[in-house]
This record gives sequence, structure tokens and C-alpha cells, in this order.
Amino acid sequence: MKKTFQSGEAIIKAVDDVSFDVREGEFVSITGRSGSGKSTLLYQLGLLDHPTEGTIHIAGVDVGALSTKERTAFRLSELGYIFQDYAILPSLTALENVMVPLLMQGLSKKDAETKALGALTRVGLADRMHNLPSQLSGGQQQRVAIARAIGHNPKIIFADEPTANLDTETSRTILDVFLDLNRRGQTIIMVTHEEEYARLTDRVLLLADGVLVRDSKP
Amino acid sequence: MKKENPKSSQLKIALSVGAFLALRDLKRANKWTTGLIIFVMTLTFLNLVVVSGILVGLIEGSVEANKKFYTGDVFVSPLLEHEYIDNSQDVEKIIRTLPGFVDLTRRYAVSGTVVSNYKETLPKDVKQNQTGALITGINPSEENNVTGIADKIIRGEFLQASDTESIVIGADILYEFTPIESPSYVTLKNVTVGSRVLLKIGDIEKEVTVKGIIKSKAGDVDARVFMLDSELRKLAGRGDFNVDEMAIVIDSSVTAERFKEILLASGVGKDARVQTYEDAQPKFLKDIKATFALLGNVIGSIGLVVASITIFIVVFVNAITRRRYIGILKGIGVAPLAIKYSYVLQSLLYAGCGVLLGGLIVFLGLKPLIQAHPLNFPFSDGILVATIPSTLLKAFILFIATIIAGYIPARIVVKQNTLDAILGR
Repeated sequence: MKKTFQSGEAIIKAVDDVSFDVREGEFVSITGRSGSGKSTLLYQLGLLDHPTEGTIHIAGVDVGALSTKERTAFRLSELGYIFQDYAILPSLTALENVMVPLLMQGLSKKDAETKALGALTRVGLADRMHNLPSQLSGGQQQRVAIARAIGHNPKIIFADEPTANLDTETSRTILDVFLDLNRRGQTIIMVTHEEEYARLTDRVLLLADGVLVRDSKP
Repeated sequence: MKKENPKSSQLKIALSVGAFLALRDLKRANKWTTGLIIFVMTLTFLNLVVVSGILVGLIEGSVEANKKFYTGDVFVSPLLEHEYIDNSQDVEKIIRTLPGFVDLTRRYAVSGTVVSNYKETLPKDVKQNQTGALITGINPSEENNVTGIADKIIRGEFLQASDTESIVIGADILYEFTPIESPSYVTLKNVTVGSRVLLKIGDIEKEVTVKGIIKSKAGDVDARVFMLDSELRKLAGRGDFNVDEMAIVIDSSVTAERFKEILLASGVGKDARVQTYEDAQPKFLKDIKATFALLGNVIGSIGLVVASITIFIVVFVNAITRRRYIGILKGIGVAPLAIKYSYVLQSLLYAGCGVLLGGLIVFLGLKPLIQAHPLNFPFSDGILVATIPSTLLKAFILFIATIIAGYIPARIVVKQNTLDAILGR
């Protein structure tokens, strides 16, 4: 897969001929220096962007062939995405944030509430379910984002530097949540620049200047 | 891949999620901002209803004045080319027997001249200050019972049955109230209550005293001179008791149109012309009514465009400042339709609050207030014309404009690249 950007006359290769596959239940980390193309790669995998060349197959589906509407539906039902800066909706409580994708899948309000509460319980935030994001710490907001990503039992969770804005202790808590999810069979692909956290995953993909330079097990 | 919902189900889900988001956004929005948006929507709705309502009401006030102080509900006048209503007493008898009849007033109306400075000796090349006017003979108590014009005396007093040497003069023929200097429209200068003026009807002249000045804002009243009917009959040599006008008041059991039909069916049509108050409106009033209705529609349309632009700006600013929020919603799989619906619903709720508040202000505040204290326009006592059906129509139009004006900016923002919106690029 390739992803290039035009910057004036120059063509920047953000992701250059990267090819790999991930098994179900695997916890993969993508590492590399800043600007190495980690996040860009994750955007393509998470269907938030289109690769310039190449194909991506998720659960047997060539996602590149999907229409915009189908991509949205696929993202909703099969993928969970966790952003670096949490990206939770400020006007919704923790519970409501987790409920939104579930409601969008057609669940009744009651069922969505039950499932969302289950997801919040899994990340240890059930007692803060009625709090607005502004009433939560950074770590708690990230856990809400994780609960939102896992609420609908996605096939894969994509996490883009989920600990980047958190202190060490909170980062470790978040990592524990991911490890716990993975132990239960959840496939996770996480971008991180922290080698310490990458070592905790099943497999590490190292990117440099958009090129996959190493695919190893820690 | 899980099984996809059928289209109708997807639409239902999108609407449900859109409502979920919209209601929570509104609930947790800054109260001052929400208040300001609703205030703007209220003003927008008031602009739609009140501006055109006042314009129409301005003329409606004039129409009402013409009906109340001059024509009554049904107006009887001479046939064309006839000097007076033939067999007036028989006609009156028929009118008084008809269902719905309440009261009537009879008037004699004769063209004459009023001269103000008739006692002065003027140079040969200087004209007398005189003006033509319709001299109207009335029974004061009968006239006042039907039209209540005694209340419209702005200076002096109304006539009594004993005022054989007095007149009431309309403000439109006095320079003090109508300061027009035109060769075709001469007004009397230095005439006020207590002034002596000379009435000329044909070759007959009579000196009278101005007892009162009337200003009813009904043009046909304010340009006349009123005196006792008995005196006018003498001056005009009318001993036959045939009158020139009958203004009839009817009750609500019959419409003016129906009363006119019954009257004509009873044979009155051979002796007199019968008109409803609408038929009897002066042509200029009909024209100006149509003109102002058109003007009201034009201003209303402009108001609607302004309303649409206001809503567009409100929704666009709201959407553009929440570009990232919209990006996140798309990023987590919320369908663009749900996001657009959320914005349209928010706009509709703002518009709904504006319409509700505006409606309460109009129907519980402005309309009764202006009805009780009409706006004092130079040629009419303006009222606010705002009927429930016309207001509902304007509210409906505003809602349609809101849907369009709310949808377009939401669509523009929703169409943006999801990743760019999330990353704020």
C-alpha cells in the first residue's frame, strides 16, 4: 500500500509500499519516529482515508472497493477507532458517547444503554457514566473513547497513540485495558512511539520514512 | 460483514440518532447562546408577521374608519344620474323591516361653498378664501347613534338638535390641519371653532358659526361640512324628505352582502343604489389596499429571505465551529444523514421556539395593545392585522425556509473530508 501527498512540486511518500497481514486476536503495534508515517498508515487501515495505491482487506472484504456509504457502515460495524486526543463528544455524557455507535447500528435506546454500560464497566468507568467529558480527567476520557470503540464488539480496534497525552501511570492503566481486551480475543492495532509499550504487544512493525523496516516479535 | 439494514430502517435509525444528538446538543448548549439564537428567531418571525401586518393594518384602519364613520355596513345612495334616493321614506321603511337591521342614519348631501374671509374687503385681484365642500345635513343624535362621529370631534363640540346656526367642519378642508396650498385643493385659513363662515348653496347664502372640527380619518367625513338636516333642507329647497345617503348598521346574524341581496330583492334597487361597505369604498382606498397588500407581500418575502439567511448563518457558524465534532461523528460511523438531520432538527427547534414566542407576543401582546391603542398614522388609525391562518402560513413558510437554510450549511460541513475535519486541517 502506498500513500503520497503533493506538497507544491514535491511528492511526499508518507507510506511507501507497505505490506503486512494481521491475524485475528493479534495485538500489533506500529512504531517509528515522528513523521515516519505511523498515523497515516493507521488512517488508511481504519478507513478514514484512501490509499494512493494498493488494497486493504479486512475480514475478507476489499475495503478499497467499498463506496463511501459502505465504508461508513463497515467502519461502524467492524472497526473501532481510538484517537490520540480522545475525540469524545463534549455535549454527551460518557454513557451517551458510548451509546452513539450502538444506536447507529439500530439498537434500541435501552439495549444501547445496557451495552454501553457494559463497555464502560470493562474499562472501569461505570461510576462516571453520567459525567460530561469536561468532568473527566484525560485518562478517563481516553477510557471512554476505548469503551466507545469496543461497545459494538468490532473485529479490529485501531488506536492512534492512545497514551500520547497521558502521564505514565494513566498510560499504563490504558495499556492494561488494551492487554485485557486482547486477552479476551480482541484484535488491536496500535500506533505508539513508546518502545516500552510496543514491547508489551504481540508484534511490532517499525516504520521509517514511510517504509516498513522491521516486522518483529518483541 | 454484518447484515445491512433495509433503506427505510436506515433512515429511521439516522433520524433517531439525529434527534438523540440534537436534543442533547440543545440541552447542554450555552444558555446565553441558545437564548440569543431564539431571540433572533423571534425577531425574525415578528418581522415577518408584524411589518406586513402593520402595512395591511394601516389601510385596514382606513377601511374600518370609512365603514364605521361613513358607510355603515350597508350604504344606500342615489342611482346614477339621480339627485337623491327616490321614495326615500318607503325605502327606509323596507330597510327597517329586514332581518338583521339594527339602525340607520339619513343624510342630505349638497354641493356648496364655504367662504372664510367674506367680511373682509379684498383688492380686486385677490380671491376670497373659499373652498368647495359637500354640505351634509344630518339628524345629530341619529347620526351619532349609528356612526359615533361625535367622538371624533377634535376641537369644539358636536351638533345638537337646536344648533340651527352652527356647523361642524371637516379637518381636511382646514389649512390648520391640512396645510396644502394647491390651486386644485384649496383649504380654509384662519378658521377654527367660533369662526363665522359663509355657506353658499347655489344662490342661497347663510352665515354660520363653526361649532366643532371633526377628524375621523374617513376621507368622506373629514372633507365635509355638517349641519342640521332641517336647515339644509331649507337652504337647498328640499321639502320632499328624499335623502341622499343612508348608512345602515346590521347585526352579526346576517352578512352585509346578504343584507344587500335581500334589500335589492325587495325592490329597492329601482329607487337607490345599494352597496356593502366594501363596494362603497372609494377607488383610491381599494387601489391603495391592493398596493399595500402587494407591498406587504414584498416586504414579507424580503423578511423571509432575511430569516433564511439568518438561520443559514446561525447553523453554518454552529456547524463550522464544530467541524471536528462532525468529523468525529463520521469517524465513529454516524451516517451523514443523521448529522444533517441533527442540525436541521436543531434549527427547527430554534425556529419553533421563535415562532412560539413571536406568536405569543403578537396575539397576547401587540395585537390587543394596538387594537386598544391604534397607531396614529396621518390618514388612518393603524391596527395590526394578523389572523391565525395567515400567521400559521408564515410559520409554515418559516419552517420550510429553516429546513432548507439549516440543511445546506450542515451538508457543506458534513461533506468535508472526515480525517481533515477530525485533525482540523
